[in-house]
Amino acid sequence: MSEAQMKVSDEIAISIENMNKWYGTFHVLRDINLDVQRGERIVICGPSGSGKSTLIRCINALEEHQQGSITVDGTLLSSDVKNIDKVRSEVGMCFQHFNLFPHLTILENCTLAPIWVRKIPKKEAEETAMHFLEKVKIPEQADKYPGQLSGGQQQRVAIARSLCMKPRIMLFDEPTSALDPEMIKEVLDTMIELAEDGMTMLCVTHEMGFARQVANRVIFMDAGQIVEQNEPEEFFNNPQSDRTKLFLSQILGH
Amino acid sequence: MSDTPNIGFVRHEPIPPSAPPIQQAGVVKWIRENLFSNWINSILTILSIYFVAKIILASTPWMWNGVWTTSSLRECREVLQGTSGACWSVLVERWNQMLFGFKYPVEAYWRPTLTFGLLLVCIAPILFQKLPRNMLMFSAIYPFLAFWLIWGGTLLTPVVVALSLIAGYLAFVKMERLTGFATGLLTGVVAVALVLYLGSFVTAALPEFIALEPVASRDMGGFMLNLILGTVCVSLSIPLGVVLALGRQSNMPIIKGICVVFIEFIRGVPLITLLFVANVVLSYFFPPGTNLDLILRVIIMITLFSAAYIAEVIRGGLAALPRGQYEAADSLGLDYPQAMRLIILPQALKISIPGIVNVAVGLFKDTTLVSVISMFDLVGMIRGPISSSTAWTGIYWELYLLAILLFFVVCYGISQYSQWLERQLRTDHH
Ligand SMILES: Nc1ncnc2c1ncn2[C@@H]1O[C@H](COP(=O)(O)OP(=O)(O)OP(=O)(O)O)[C@@H](O)[C@H]1O
Ligand SMILES: [Mg+2]
Repeated sequence: MSEAQMKVSDEIAISIENMNKWYGTFHVLRDINLDVQRGERIVICGPSGSGKSTLIRCINALEEHQQGSITVDGTLLSSDVKNIDKVRSEVGMCFQHFNLFPHLTILENCTLAPIWVRKIPKKEAEETAMHFLEKVKIPEQADKYPGQLSGGQQQRVAIARSLCMKPRIMLFDEPTSALDPEMIKEVLDTMIELAEDGMTMLCVTHEMGFARQVANRVIFMDAGQIVEQNEPEEFFNNPQSDRTKLFLSQILGH
Repeated sequence: MSDTPNIGFVRHEPIPPSAPPIQQAGVVKWIRENLFSNWINSILTILSIYFVAKIILASTPWMWNGVWTTSSLRECREVLQGTSGACWSVLVERWNQMLFGFKYPVEAYWRPTLTFGLLLVCIAPILFQKLPRNMLMFSAIYPFLAFWLIWGGTLLTPVVVALSLIAGYLAFVKMERLTGFATGLLTGVVAVALVLYLGSFVTAALPEFIALEPVASRDMGGFMLNLILGTVCVSLSIPLGVVLALGRQSNMPIIKGICVVFIEFIRGVPLITLLFVANVVLSYFFPPGTNLDLILRVIIMITLFSAAYIAEVIRGGLAALPRGQYEAADSLGLDYPQAMRLIILPQALKISIPGIVNVAVGLFKDTTLVSVISMFDLVGMIRGPISSSTAWTGIYWELYLLAILLFFVVCYGISQYSQWLERQLRTDHH
């Protein structure tokens, strides 16, 4: 991994400063500070309800934050729709439940946004789509509908769909937790490949093997706060806070 | 340990597949199981047979004995001499009025007939996905052709309207790609208005250019009027319903408010009151001198009415979509109009089909209500000119039977189609 780690540059891809978010009166995210370098691969973990999804959904403005600032690729996220659209077209996202468009074929799923958002000619968009479908190893499914694919295949299509927009940052929200064990590996392999290509990645996951293998940094969240962050080896072998120790003992214990 | 049975098991010989057991079949078995399975069931079966038989026995001779060739109800009675029998001659003599109304020029009957025939051709490619896609071209031309055939006048009028819509569409597409939905829409509307304005000079200059004999709206009648109102209002109220449904979901309080108030208001009043409004009140809303004809006013009212219902049906479809679909569209950077048009609506409409068809069938039948504001649709013809003519006063059954038959054929067709469509969509992607 050391070779891949060298690709991390000093350039800041995402910068979150003193960010706070409430759902009504419930304080979900508390004073989040986080800088992500370009090419960095961050794994976020923590107990259920700790605000992991909310945090990464704030980064592409699927959720609004109320205080502090989020800057993605130099664009400050505010209520300005122009900025939001700009950030969204630079940031790809994969969801736990894939969220493919069931009424469109795999190929159409992949070409839709490039054609309509990037205004790329259809033919070119299809070539790009086939390229990425090959990359995630399912070019032969291009003309099927999402409902005809297995969960693992659907998630790989979802990754390809995001990649077709040529994003500079990818967000993953528990991409493997709705999958059967034998499908988890195929999705993780795809993500590892992506990491090796130098993609900036933020990934909410409990796949600790994946974290050890590709992450530069593991972030542990609890009760809406970043409790601990460290390099994977340090994080797993030598956790500092009691909360982290307890969490690790729970997920690694069995 | 020793008293637990040995639960270890290994299969050494696989079980070969065998044929399913033979089902007992036969008429007697079916009857016994379905009609006489217990004593309540048996009583109900016997009662039903009794009533069905009674109806058939009473009506068959009446229909069979029917008289076809007389010229008034009195003559019918003379021929029948007190025996039971229908007086079908009223249908023979007045069928044209029941279908076309009593003022539509007889020598032009071929025009609405042709229009109706072409309607089937026009709908076919929309309904049946397997037909060649370029037939849709005809469907696009059809509304203009239909207008020209039924109302007559110069062919230039519908051509100008069609051209203006094409111009508007092109302007919209160009501008939307460059600058976004709102400006695109605005440019489109301006283009439509411009072409219409210029075109009005052309039509005024050449009123005889490929012209058919013009027929005024007030001369439309009979089942033709029901069909016109039904098809026009259904096809207008679906897009309007979509807009209302989206408006009701909007984040902008004013738009949302307008849509909610509109929908709730329309759903809270009977259609018939709206028709009276169309008949007398609506003309106050237009600048003095504009003489909006009655059919147009009625079309507006019925369209608004059914749009409110369709909006609610579509809202249900929108609510049934998982939130993930909206989020996926957002996260790819699609803007609101794109997300709606490309992702949300295609799926929501698919879910809403049964509900929309339900509203459409109801709407088509409700077009008979126009008879109360003295428009002579099929029911209006029966109640008005036909039953009050001296020759046929007092005749009801035969006329209403025909009306029932006509409506039933159309509505049953629509309902069968929608069931077929649902089956198609269900098997489509799975
Ligand atoms: N739309 C919402 N409205 C109100 N509260 C919400 C909403 N979405 C999430 N929450 C609450 O915010 C907290 C954080 O939710 P979030 O989904 O970010 O947790 P998470 O860390 O991703 O958990 P999980 O591992 O279960 O996915 C939870 O307590 C949740 O109940
Ligand atoms: Mg989550």
